[in-house]
Amino acid sequence: MISFSPSEEQQMIVTMVKQFANDEMRKIYRECDESGEIPDSVVETAWQLGLVASSMPEECGGFGGEHSAITGALIGEELAWGDLAMAMHILCPALVAYPLLEMGTDAQRKKYLPLLCGEKYKAATSALIEPHFDYDPHSLSTTARADGNDYVLNGDKCLVPLAAEADLLLIYAAADGRSQGFIVEKGAKGLEIGEREENMGIRGLATYGLNLKDCRVPRENRLGGEKAGDFDRILNCSQVGLSAMAIGVARAAFEYSRDYAKERVAFGEPIASRQAIAFMLAEMAIEIDATRLMTWEAAWKLDRKEDVTKEASLVKAYADDMVMMVTDRAVQILGGHGYIREHPVELWLRNGRGFATFDGMAMV
Amino acid sequence: MIDFEPTPEQQEDIKAAHAFARDLFRPVSRHYDEHEHDSPDELIDKMWEDRSKGTLALGLDVTAALRIEELCWGDAGLFMCVPGPGLGGAAVFASGTKEQVERFLGSFNEGGPKWGAMAMTESGCGSDTSAITTTAVRDGDHWVLNGEKIFVTWGKRAAENQDSLVVVWATVDKSAGRAGMKSFVVPAGTPGMRVEKLEKKMGIRASDTATLVFDDCRIPFENILGSPEVRKVDKSQTKGFKGAMATFDATRPIVGAMALGVGRAALDFVREALEKEGIKIRYGLRKQKLSALERDLMEMEANYKAARLLTLRALWMMSQLQPNNLESSMAKAKAGLAVTRITQKAVEIMGPLGYSRKHLLEKWMRDAKINDIFEGTGQINMLIVARRVLDFSRDQLK
Ligand SMILES: Cc1cc2nc3c(=O)[nH]c(=O)nc-3n(C[C@H](O)[C@H](O)[C@H](O)COP(=O)(O)OP(=O)(O)OC[C@H]3O[C@@H](n4cnc5c(N)ncnc54)[C@H](O)[C@@H]3O)c2cc1C
Repeated sequence: MISFSPSEEQQMIVTMVKQFANDEMRKIYRECDESGEIPDSVVETAWQLGLVASSMPEECGGFGGEHSAITGALIGEELAWGDLAMAMHILCPALVAYPLLEMGTDAQRKKYLPLLCGEKYKAATSALIEPHFDYDPHSLSTTARADGNDYVLNGDKCLVPLAAEADLLLIYAAADGRSQGFIVEKGAKGLEIGEREENMGIRGLATYGLNLKDCRVPRENRLGGEKAGDFDRILNCSQVGLSAMAIGVARAAFEYSRDYAKERVAFGEPIASRQAIAFMLAEMAIEIDATRLMTWEAAWKLDRKEDVTKEASLVKAYADDMVMMVTDRAVQILGGHGYIREHPVELWLRNGRGFATFDGMAMV
Repeated sequence: MIDFEPTPEQQEDIKAAHAFARDLFRPVSRHYDEHEHDSPDELIDKMWEDRSKGTLALGLDVTAALRIEELCWGDAGLFMCVPGPGLGGAAVFASGTKEQVERFLGSFNEGGPKWGAMAMTESGCGSDTSAITTTAVRDGDHWVLNGEKIFVTWGKRAAENQDSLVVVWATVDKSAGRAGMKSFVVPAGTPGMRVEKLEKKMGIRASDTATLVFDDCRIPFENILGSPEVRKVDKSQTKGFKGAMATFDATRPIVGAMALGVGRAALDFVREALEKEGIKIRYGLRKQKLSALERDLMEMEANYKAARLLTLRALWMMSQLQPNNLESSMAKAKAGLAVTRITQKAVEIMGPLGYSRKHLLEKWMRDAKINDIFEGTGQINMLIVARRVLDFSRDQLK
């Protein structure tokens, strides 16, 4: 039956994550953006919430809960409301854990999932995006060639979060004409991690370029083994995850600019009393809600294991535009003050612009 | 639990409504567009029959929205001919006493087709309803109405068909502003009420839009809905008032559902035309790889989806007895504008096929536009959303 109400358990998780976002992330996000560093302590505190481990099997050290894309979307929104760079950092292990959980062979799950369910946060990451303006996830330039008992990986990647500290990397490459994931361990020969990248936004998040030069991985490290994982599904899970995070960023910007508009007086009245401002806020509110409902719908279909290529790509494109529209207007509503780094709206605008480029950097 | 699956019954409802629209509306759609004031009498009789049990037995809930989308996929103008208590009935439910609901609507489904219209708008005011000038003056056991109402949907049918009714808004005390505004039930055929004019419109031409003149029109005193006393609505005794808000908050997403039907008709048209040409929409590709046509179509589809989910949510909230004033206006504002744009873009994409009156697409573009105008224009609904999200009163945001 059509219903728009998260389950009780989901509501509890949302409350918990909201509180964390408000109490921990919102205290330090500006500093993180300026310094480019996210303190270990906040990542550790987040890890203790068990957001990733909760849906991992018990025999791998997880809590054995059901994995749900809707829950993932709810969490993504709240964390990104706190701060996008931190949200991506905190959830980075999920980039490997969720695909492994769904598509890994028994051996792969046994070997690697325990690493991602430990008591302490351990970085793991995935590499999808390539450094071309029109890179295409469906025909990647990075290749994996079968050679004896190995695959040999060659190519370049960019925007790989936490690559330098990650113990595990899920690297996507074209093999037999389609995109597939390969599990690469830290320090593999032929895997070269570049300088830390400098981006317009998400500056707290350490991202890197990668170069793969005849990097050999054993055959059994192809995600899903002989059968190979369902790449489209991974991409869809990522699009839903990113859409959810876009909503979080947009909601942060909306709330801040709304409150500001009620306080700020010009020509004798709060600026929110003028329709030019009020209607901007109304449209922001409508589009945030609309994107959330579309994200939930795509997530709901993911949970039903249906093909959601259409829904996921539609909502991702919609969310990309929405978050840009909302964060831009938030800056506009603050006027010159919005441009100054004392207010957070310029940060959200910089972060918001990233979504059109981000791919595979979140997962539900 | 979050769920987007209609129940099995709802799925049957959708199918039935779709078949109804396809078989009964579509074949005569063009005729009633070209012959504006022809009345589809046979069809109306069929609709009246169907009302008691079938597809057209519509409430104000998610199921109704699902059906209405299908019906308006068929033809929004013909959907607006469906007999029933309509907006007039909604007003009676909202502000009437139990006795009044029973008296005016109790036997509404018996006998021949009937309509319930709601007359608020005047030539001097539409959005600003507080400026109405039609007057109601008490004269012993009667009220005497004087004034002119325009753009009354079902106006002719409700004023002239036996046992139909028109709910008329009038002021009993101009100096009291909003508090002086009351609604009155005028039964069809009451002397002093006459149809002055039928409008010729851009679209939804099958729907009659009438000017009604009230010239010393006398109705019984008990036909005033709600209290005859003039006073500011006091929040402590607002049961009826709350009921009113809930009902009006329901009609806006219903307009949203109507809009969706028209929008989907246009989307289906474009998709089918492209399929015939062997053009496939490549979902899942990055924007940089898509053609402009694909980008346009995806944007239209996404906007349709956005409007649809907002609409369903608004009605779902109502059935959960949650206040949905904000969400209703969100849905109406989004759906009205989105579908206006979707249909306009569809005509653009289809080129001469879109512009030609040989196909229905151009009609749907004309039909779509009304959804951004009636039941509160897009701007008025934005105003409501803005007031809600800002927690501003009417005075703080005009
Ligand atoms: C086919 C059709 C059927 C209708 N059916 C009915 C019916 O059954 N019963 C009934 O009572 N009425 C009906 N109406 C009337 C309809 O509700 C009004 O036309 C509508 O509310 C707008 O009022 P208006 O035309 O006077 O425009 P105006 O109120 O004059 O508005 C003109 C423009 O100004 C904008 N505007 C007005 N106020 C503001 C503001 N405060 N802030 C920003 N912008 C503003 C409007 O959005 C609009 O763009 C119908 C109209 C049509 C066309």
